[in-house]
Amino acid sequence: MKREDKKTTIEKNIEGSTRRDFLKKTGSLSVAGLAGVATLMTGTKDAQARVTWAEWFQTNYRLMTEEEKREAIERLEKRYSEEYGKKVTVDGRPAQKNVLFGYALNIQKCIGCRRCVKACVKENNQSRHDPEIEWIRVIRMEKGKFSAEDMDKGYPSDYGIQVGGNAYKNAGVVLEGQHYYQPERVPEKDAFYFPIQCMQCEKPPCVKVCPVRTTYREPDGIVVIDYNWCIGCRMCMGACPYWARRFNWGEPNLPKEEMNPDTHYLGNRPRMKGVVEKCTFCLQRTRKGRYTACVEVCPVGARKFGNLLDPESEVRRILERKRVFRLRVDLNTFPKFFYFID
Amino acid sequence: MKRFTSFVVSFLCYALRGGAKYYAWLSFLGFFILIMLFTTYQQLTKGLIVTNLTDQVTWGVYLSNFVFLVGVAAAAVTVVFPSYVYHHKKLKEIVVLGELLAIAAVTMCIIFVLYHMGRPDRLWHIIPGIGIFNWPNSMLTWDVLVLNGYLLLNLFCAFYYLYKKYNGQEVNKAVYMPVVYVSIVWALSIHTVTAFLLNTMPARPMWFHSMMPIRFISTAFASGPALIIIAFLIIRNNTELKISDEAIDLLSQIVVWCLGIALFLAMSEIVTELYPSTEHSYSLKYLMFGKHGLSKLVPWFWTSIILMITAFVMLLVPRIRKDQRFLLPLACAITFIGIWIEKGMGLVLPGFIPSPIGEFTEYSPSWVEIFNSLGAWAVGLFMFTIMVKGAVGILLGEVKYSEGA
Repeated sequence: MKREDKKTTIEKNIEGSTRRDFLKKTGSLSVAGLAGVATLMTGTKDAQARVTWAEWFQTNYRLMTEEEKREAIERLEKRYSEEYGKKVTVDGRPAQKNVLFGYALNIQKCIGCRRCVKACVKENNQSRHDPEIEWIRVIRMEKGKFSAEDMDKGYPSDYGIQVGGNAYKNAGVVLEGQHYYQPERVPEKDAFYFPIQCMQCEKPPCVKVCPVRTTYREPDGIVVIDYNWCIGCRMCMGACPYWARRFNWGEPNLPKEEMNPDTHYLGNRPRMKGVVEKCTFCLQRTRKGRYTACVEVCPVGARKFGNLLDPESEVRRILERKRVFRLRVDLNTFPKFFYFID
Repeated sequence: MKRFTSFVVSFLCYALRGGAKYYAWLSFLGFFILIMLFTTYQQLTKGLIVTNLTDQVTWGVYLSNFVFLVGVAAAAVTVVFPSYVYHHKKLKEIVVLGELLAIAAVTMCIIFVLYHMGRPDRLWHIIPGIGIFNWPNSMLTWDVLVLNGYLLLNLFCAFYYLYKKYNGQEVNKAVYMPVVYVSIVWALSIHTVTAFLLNTMPARPMWFHSMMPIRFISTAFASGPALIIIAFLIIRNNTELKISDEAIDLLSQIVVWCLGIALFLAMSEIVTELYPSTEHSYSLKYLMFGKHGLSKLVPWFWTSIILMITAFVMLLVPRIRKDQRFLLPLACAITFIGIWIEKGMGLVLPGFIPSPIGEFTEYSPSWVEIFNSLGAWAVGLFMFTIMVKGAVGILLGEVKYSEGA
């Protein structure tokens, strides 16, 4: 419980559930969770143990032969289907030829409703509580209030002011933004919004520091994690300048009825405790030519996604016609996540 | 082979025999090890959720203690270097004790790393051959190499020396000396690489400066010898082993100068960060003064600074430094605690506060983390005690090979 109190501010969708609803749900879910554990410990113990061992001994996904990949995937499909009581598919589709995924976000349009955050959680099977994991964060940025009263304030006050009274009015300063905002309605008059998620860097610092190469860049530009190979050292979380990575501090709590059975090995398949996860541009969808969940749900069309190698794609057109910028360019990470304004 | 077996047996027999005080000390440590077994079980079954770590502050007491103990391990070189390079006779007689401390410290480092890992069961993934070793790209793999190498070097140096002494023979200098010289350079590498582990991440501006390795080395060479002095004094008071005043005095001079350099470097960092006072100085500001009403680390920071300055001033005074009965060990204890705080609460934790997106999250360890950490220290001290006891027996000549035995 302590973790819930301290770490997570329960975010409600604007027209979504209230805190009380959430707590009610949490209660019934943990009962369901307990029941699940109990079945695991009695009924399918031997089969379960065999699967666990086989998973434990498997090699890194990238090094597997096609045969081994198929076996690993079948094993997972069987285990997930049993665990979640529905037919779960695990896709192993590789990157498509001549596709390099890119993302563009119109910060002028974003209204801060966080439907993307919720849709992402629903699509990508994140742990719902203890720990609560969300891959997208929307930072609320103050527009800043500059006042005539403060014009001649500041310090030192004698012999000429060196720091003006309107300093630290944080208009457009990312570090002073915050992502636990709870307004009555959005957008708020005195704020604008700045969503962040994994930037799928072309030169990702997280990949460089990983001691076991469990996280790597796929040919279509997506930085993925083999959850079965991660040792949980969290070097990548220290190295990421965008705070995009999340850790499964405990066994994830993913209720059966909320589980999305359409998964990918490197994407949204259910994770285990002690491993790192993050946004994968919904590769279980995008590799099949669909949009990401966040793009689909955005009510104002602020989110654009496409193939950077295709001159006709929406994202390429944006790069050609709009004023774009990337976050923290000074770090030379070369994100494939662009921000733009009309 | 028979000689080797008898070495092991008689070493252990001697090491495990002692007076009431000795057993009381071992049981005291054993008590914490028992508690640790329970909290370790908790963490292994439930996961790191039993810690107070968060996605914001992802590294906590485990990594802090790890960083500190790498320094202690490296500091064995402050005994080895004067012994073999300057041929300091008095120190050379007891050099093996320094190496034993290094062995115990590296063991503690390994335990802390295992506690830190989310999936310790997958440790084999990092073993070259059966797993993937992301070398030379990942700084962590460098750390794995240098730490394990250092452990092996010290195991060899210490136990080869003891074994030869046990048999009443001289060490084979053609083999032994090159290893000693390698281990001297290697000692510097372990703390340097551990500094690189932190300071090569521009996402954490507080760590992202090239002063980190030298600051690590200077604090290590203050806290390490401080611990060694205390250990030497305890050994001298409780065994027949003669440890000369001269040897201890040399170490105390190393402590004072390294402490002075460490304080100077800390001052340089504070001025460099606070004068322009950019966003990158938020971690240090939070550490020194608190920010947005959050100030958990502030008392730790100032305690550490006061302890380090006090110890430095004390040790500068020859009368205090030479009072090996009370004031010197007191100053050493102050140094040790000051730097322990500085490495954990003053360096590792504030690196994560604020997070890269500017969120201030406070952290204090959970009981599981505290007892696991105490347990890990107890394991290390237990090992060190046993090894030193046996080594003292050999150095005194009470344990030696005889045909009949």
